[in-house]
Amino acid sequence: MSVDAKPDTAVKPARRAAPPGSQGTMLRKTGDWARRGPLLPALVFMIIVTQLPFVVTIVVSFMDWNAYYPDERGFAGIDNFRRVLTDANTRHAIWVTIVLTAGVVLISLVLGLLIALLLDRKFRGRGAVRTMMITPFLVVPVAAALLWKHALYNPTYGLFNGVLKWLFGENAPQPDWISNQPLWSIIFALVWQWTPFMMLILLAGLQSRPLDVIEAAGIDGANQWEIFRYMTLPHLRQYLELSALLGSIYVVQNFDAVFTITSGGLGTANLPYTIYQTFYTAHDYGRASAAGVIVVIGTIVIATLALRSVSTLFREETGR
Amino acid sequence: MLSRRKRIGAAGVAVLVTAVSGCAGWGGGAGGGGEDSINVLMVNNPQMVDLQKLTADNFTKQTGIKVNFTVLPENDVRDKISQEFSSQAGQYDVASVSNFEIPIYAKSKWIAPLSDYIGQDASFDQDDVLKPMTQSMTAEDGKIYGEPFYGESSFLMYRKDVLAAKGVTMPAKPTWQQVADIAAKVDNAQPGMRGICLRGQPGWGQLFAPLTTVVNTFGGTWFTQDWQAKVDAPEFTEATKFYVDLVRAHGEAGAPQAGFTECLNNTIQSNVAMWYDATSAAGSLEAPNSPVKGKMGYAPAPVVKTDSSGWLYAWAWGIQEASKKKDNAWKFISWASGKDYEKLVGEKVGWSNVPAGKRASTYEIPEYVKEAAAFAEPTKSAIENADPTDPGVQPRPAPGIQFVDIPEFPDLGTQVSQDVSSAIAGRMSVDEALKRGQELADDVAERYRSRQAK
Amino acid sequence: MSSSITMVKGHQRRGGGWALSGLAWIVGILFVLPVLWMLLTSFHSEEDAAKNPPDVAAPLTLDGYRAFFDTGPWPSILNSLTASILSTVLVLLLAFPAAYALSIRPVKKWTDVLFFFLSTKMLPVVAGLLPIYLFAQSVHFLDNIWLLIILYTSMNLPIAVWMLRSFLSEVPVEILEAASVDGASLTRTLRSVVAPVVTPGIASAALICFIFSWNELLFARVLTGTVAQTAPVFLTGFVTSQGLFLAKVCAASIVVSLPVLIAGFAAQDKLVQGLSLGAVK
Repeated sequence: MSVDAKPDTAVKPARRAAPPGSQGTMLRKTGDWARRGPLLPALVFMIIVTQLPFVVTIVVSFMDWNAYYPDERGFAGIDNFRRVLTDANTRHAIWVTIVLTAGVVLISLVLGLLIALLLDRKFRGRGAVRTMMITPFLVVPVAAALLWKHALYNPTYGLFNGVLKWLFGENAPQPDWISNQPLWSIIFALVWQWTPFMMLILLAGLQSRPLDVIEAAGIDGANQWEIFRYMTLPHLRQYLELSALLGSIYVVQNFDAVFTITSGGLGTANLPYTIYQTFYTAHDYGRASAAGVIVVIGTIVIATLALRSVSTLFREETGR
Repeated sequence: MLSRRKRIGAAGVAVLVTAVSGCAGWGGGAGGGGEDSINVLMVNNPQMVDLQKLTADNFTKQTGIKVNFTVLPENDVRDKISQEFSSQAGQYDVASVSNFEIPIYAKSKWIAPLSDYIGQDASFDQDDVLKPMTQSMTAEDGKIYGEPFYGESSFLMYRKDVLAAKGVTMPAKPTWQQVADIAAKVDNAQPGMRGICLRGQPGWGQLFAPLTTVVNTFGGTWFTQDWQAKVDAPEFTEATKFYVDLVRAHGEAGAPQAGFTECLNNTIQSNVAMWYDATSAAGSLEAPNSPVKGKMGYAPAPVVKTDSSGWLYAWAWGIQEASKKKDNAWKFISWASGKDYEKLVGEKVGWSNVPAGKRASTYEIPEYVKEAAAFAEPTKSAIENADPTDPGVQPRPAPGIQFVDIPEFPDLGTQVSQDVSSAIAGRMSVDEALKRGQELADDVAERYRSRQAK
Repeated sequence: MSSSITMVKGHQRRGGGWALSGLAWIVGILFVLPVLWMLLTSFHSEEDAAKNPPDVAAPLTLDGYRAFFDTGPWPSILNSLTASILSTVLVLLLAFPAAYALSIRPVKKWTDVLFFFLSTKMLPVVAGLLPIYLFAQSVHFLDNIWLLIILYTSMNLPIAVWMLRSFLSEVPVEILEAASVDGASLTRTLRSVVAPVVTPGIASAALICFIFSWNELLFARVLTGTVAQTAPVFLTGFVTSQGLFLAKVCAASIVVSLPVLIAGFAAQDKLVQGLSLGAVK
């Protein structure tokens, strides 16, 4: 960062090229609105498209609304919330969501870091390897889920069991991957798709290290491990946080993989799937909306704690 | 300025794409297309895919009505159909509903009655439609609300050659215990061949379709007539334990994930010697390029305490009440479920692909009977012996053989099936699974009891 | 000292050598293997595709692709293109000024605004579906590609704002201010100073938005019908519970993923830049 922080008062007039001696407050107000102006379209758009539906969701969550019984529509108070919070399925879904998200994000992060370290060196065909690595991320997610479920995991004609038969002959073990380890099957498939994403971010982080300092440290006698631990990792911290944040946002919401691979069965129903099922199979709109509201509150609480206190991502330069 | 240049470029792209997409996606409202077009939402079973292929050259040419199809897998299409019909969105005129949805939708007035159309359409011949089919699509007001496209019951398919090699004969009307004994005998008759294939995949229409028929014939039921849940009752438990034990002992590999397709694959590839499932499977087993063509025998669904136990299911057409093109929609239904269409499929696609199981006249077409000789009669008698109003040993509060025709059943059945599937995988005991199932079922039953009390 | 530093160029590390390069290759191949398998299977017949052990050398056929193209995929593909491109354009039009307002001339409390944008991505999409569906139904906006365009824009706007803000904050502000006083050279300054910093940002944000819009399934499945169906929804239509479908689904998956694959491969560097400078300097 090459911009020094200047005191506000000195900066503002120069930026606005205002005639000297203008009233402070008036121009400051215009200045504020001139700054907000460009932001407004995006902000207004987001508020209309995301917050309005959410308000409706809140309203519906207080209603007893089941599409199959239109005569019984009415106000339900907090009945829906009570049922959601005491329902064993919902509690299990919360647990599944946490395990799924943490599992996918942490494993992809570690794998991504290791692979990024591997790719940080120049070697023949590095570009080709990088291209191969990013391919999983570019496959349409539902196609990837179908691929894993039917072409790889299937115990009768999937590739994994086929390879086992190749290696060990006719009597090879032919495990039913999805039935034996349903949640891990999903985690594995998602890790395959998200590791390239993590790897790209971390690779860019590695390649933006100030090399001269590192070389100097190397010449001064620090070994690879020390360089990694005391110089590379701190530099990578923001990249790691960014990858974890983006990955979590997307994996928490993941629906396609759960729907496709296990249809939410065998205990793998995460929150988006449970809410979907309550909407479309049970048609209990009130209860599904209540679940949605609870999820939003929970996520925002966690996000606020995590992002504002722990992360360095928001502690950027202030006062520009 | 750079961003302005980018914006102009982007705007140019936008204009170009907008012009091109004059053909694409500018629908809105009640679907695209001209005055004479209808929108059909259907499941992607092979019979429907054939229909999609044959429509333009036949139906559209004859009537000038263009048909726009949306084709989705079963789980997806059920969700979309129920959303569409419950909100009466008017996006689709016709949908492939089953005999499960029709009575429920009719009661909620989401689909239109067809009785007037049937009366005026001389060529349709409702009397030709098999009685149980018509009955399952008639609502409480006595009007017919759907027309079957193809129907099925269930029966037991077995490898005649494998059983003969082991010196085993299949009785004409087998019991479940006899079937279990046979499965034990033919288990591993050939390398890698298991005794029987039974569905284990979670889903009210997957695992619980065959399992509910087993429960029925063991004397169990989901609910009694006064809406008491009986999921953990002795009969239901005995039936489920029998099913789970049989699958675990002599069933296919990967049973907890095995649905219709997996068992079909297993049977075609000689990985199993027997298979209890839908009669519609026989068409694929006897297809010209099937390795097991001519080797399969067909026995009625095994029983214990009842006279018959085959299920009753049909993919049928319903017209959305909010549709503004009901007349055209009926023309389509009349064509698709008519006698001529069956002959058309036989000639153009193949006689084993005819959407059968709905009309008595199908079983009199010479070419069809020749092609389907092995399974035509067992299929027809299985359907005719199915009674959706009285499938078990006790009276029922709602119709249905392999399901209970209430809106809560898909959710209830699917949730309980997930636990039973876990039991098949050995991760849970049957008692535990049914105990949880009883709680869920009682939750549903309680609402019905309170409604009855009013 | 300086000579020994300048001697070492780029990101070369000594030692490890062959072993590490070999390991990198193995890892790369392992990751791309499932996709290669999907590609191979798409060229097999259905029966060959379902064999165990898999028959790698089975005769190649175009049956899967023929079956795919026979069912008329072009409207869906066109819809996906329209939705993805138009929503990306819309996102850039909205995000660029917003990013400007959060970096070069930041509003007060810009961290709060940024957090707000990000928090909109935490709402479970599924829960918001019902109000959107009911609203669209009441204004006859169902099965209309513009509904998807608007929703995809809202889906990608937060990330785009974040990324662009990061790129824009790289712009040396003093030069910008000096140029703004001296108006004549403003455009030139923008072109020579701002453009190089911002172009990669715009390109990578566009690429990311395109990828996420193209891949989106849930909204498309629920809110579209016969007219506005997108490619991923069309793809799911091949998974049938009756009969073999592996080769067809693989062929369909390859074709449907092709635009994203091509875009990603072609713009690899932009992808790296965009993802890394998402919020980090």
